[in-house]
Amino acid sequence: MNEEGPDKGRRTDPRTFAVKAATMLARLVVPIALASATILDKGEIGDLALYFLPFVLVAIAASFAIAYLRWTRFTYAVRESDIRVESGILSRSARSVPYERIQDVSLEQKFLPRLFGLTEVKFETGAGGGDDLKLTFLSEGEGERLRELVRARRDGKPDAPEAVEIDEAPSQTLFAMNPRRVLTFGLFEFSLAVVAVAFGAAQQFDFLLPFEIWDVREWRETLSVPGHWLGELGFAAQVIAATLATISLLLVGTVTGVVRTALREWDFRLERTEKGLRRRRGMFTRTDVVMPVHRVQALKLKTGIVRRLFGWHGLSVVSLASDSASANHEAAPFAQMDEIAPIVATTGFELPAKGLAWEHRSKEASIDGALIDFGILAAIAIPVAIFSPWWWSALLPLGAGVLSAMRHYYLYRFDRHAIADAHLFSRHGWLAPKLTIGSRSKLQSVEIVQGPLARRRGYAKLALGLAGGDFTIEAMEIGHARKWRSAILESIAATDFSELSGPVPGLESSGAQVDPVGVPAEGRLDI
Amino acid sequence: MDETALTPLDPAYARMLRLKFSVVALVLMAGATVAEIAIPGYTGYVWAPVGLFAAWLLIRMPMRRYSARGYTLAEERLRVVRGILFRKDTVVPFGRVQHIDVNQGPLERAYDLATLTVHTAGTHNASVSLPGLAQEDAMAMREEIRAAIRRDTQ
Repeated sequence: MNEEGPDKGRRTDPRTFAVKAATMLARLVVPIALASATILDKGEIGDLALYFLPFVLVAIAASFAIAYLRWTRFTYAVRESDIRVESGILSRSARSVPYERIQDVSLEQKFLPRLFGLTEVKFETGAGGGDDLKLTFLSEGEGERLRELVRARRDGKPDAPEAVEIDEAPSQTLFAMNPRRVLTFGLFEFSLAVVAVAFGAAQQFDFLLPFEIWDVREWRETLSVPGHWLGELGFAAQVIAATLATISLLLVGTVTGVVRTALREWDFRLERTEKGLRRRRGMFTRTDVVMPVHRVQALKLKTGIVRRLFGWHGLSVVSLASDSASANHEAAPFAQMDEIAPIVATTGFELPAKGLAWEHRSKEASIDGALIDFGILAAIAIPVAIFSPWWWSALLPLGAGVLSAMRHYYLYRFDRHAIADAHLFSRHGWLAPKLTIGSRSKLQSVEIVQGPLARRRGYAKLALGLAGGDFTIEAMEIGHARKWRSAILESIAATDFSELSGPVPGLESSGAQVDPVGVPAEGRLDI
Repeated sequence: MDETALTPLDPAYARMLRLKFSVVALVLMAGATVAEIAIPGYTGYVWAPVGLFAAWLLIRMPMRRYSARGYTLAEERLRVVRGILFRKDTVVPFGRVQHIDVNQGPLERAYDLATLTVHTAGTHNASVSLPGLAQEDAMAMREEIRAAIRRDTQ
């Protein structure tokens, strides 16, 4: 940028225009196809096409022209103290983002831009609401250069454009997933939702099928025709057919899970760099995100109903600039605990130690919750039993009530929380428990909430103000809640916010220089 | 710190609430009147319960809400307590305050009251409001918090 002077704006990469045009065309194809399908239905294509074709062409040409104009009027300038972007055809807007406010720069390559070697550069300011400054698209080299430059500027070094070349050197791989791991991950990502969608789609687009799939009468007639092979096979065959249908649906769910996971997580690698944790992943859309270590506010460790039997866990990071997309900060989506431990240590947090004094959920809260849930569902069961033609249908809400009461008992047994010297731990969940690891000083506020019942029975909800995430402990005994509050407030008073948000030497060293391998094995937790 | 007594809000806040609720009560009574006219014969089936509710809203409710709220400003912490049924007890340390607002609505201005709002970086409790402060008190509290923040950052 030096050869052009600091104030001169520059345009995004010229190939941007090609990518935008291609995306736009792709977006146009669907409505046009749908419209023509409707027209085709009426069987008068010839005339109508003649009328509509000019309109379609003009619309396409106009949007191309607007895209071109927009590209010419969009300029960005890398200046001494801020990044300035000017844009707009008729109404001009200028936005300036000071380096101090930029939390991080992330690069994202979607499929099409990637073909052209382009990347989207996003300056995360933590503004929330998706209002971050984006540059679409720059060449890969330019994106890297901007990122390094912003980081160097923000950290107070005057100018370090050479940093790009030496960037790759001082990094250490913390976690990576090979194809086999990604495929295993995919198997666990089986989703019933996809099956439901496939089912729904079959219903939606049944006009594409040569027969009426939902017309039961027609089916029955077809089957009962003498000599029809399916009808003749009898009951056993129908059972087999139903089983086959179920299996094929399950197969669809599994395959979609694997494909989706592979697309997202392919060649996943998490590295420890000078600036923080750097994560790269994706097959066609390759994302490259850096999570600065000192901005990590809390860690969340989650698992699934089935995968926990095999010891698989997912670690994600709650970061100061992460409120835009919750799923965006997975540090290790599918790993064993001994792989997660070094990552946790790198972020300056800790896994719960063996001898930690865990506290349980309040007994009163569990009893109240179980009674209320069961009571409501039992109350529903009574009118069902009276008015329904089948009395046994009342068993359905009754069973749900029993299940819900069991859940409360289970939560009472296994939900727990603990407070250590510097960290907070809370484990919550029935079938797929989740562990939240918070820091005593990286919290913004403490709130104790008590409903009428909770006040009488002596329990409370503790809601902690966490930047970029949620940290709430339900049904704590009120004494515990008060004890936690004063302990947390003491820790907070010892550190000012400005020490949390910026890279302060003292704070950085507590997290960054932990030896990643030096985690004692007994420091692990099995959840 | 739970034992320290809460500072009550400005007594004018209860009067302001009463004025606010009287508007609600008027609207309710107007609706009840329309219903009474619509129903043939003046039965009072709508008026009586609505009238009772309005009376409760005007006599009991403002004082209940007023006495349910309170705050303390000590040890570099702002503690705000509110809620009649669901009690919320929030503490924001001065070191975590991002910025401070003092707002005055038209009703508040008539009673010389103000609402103090502190903003934090947390997702939960991103802003904590404390209504019903005398205008000068709100300003003084803002200055106190601001001075504390400046002292800490330097």
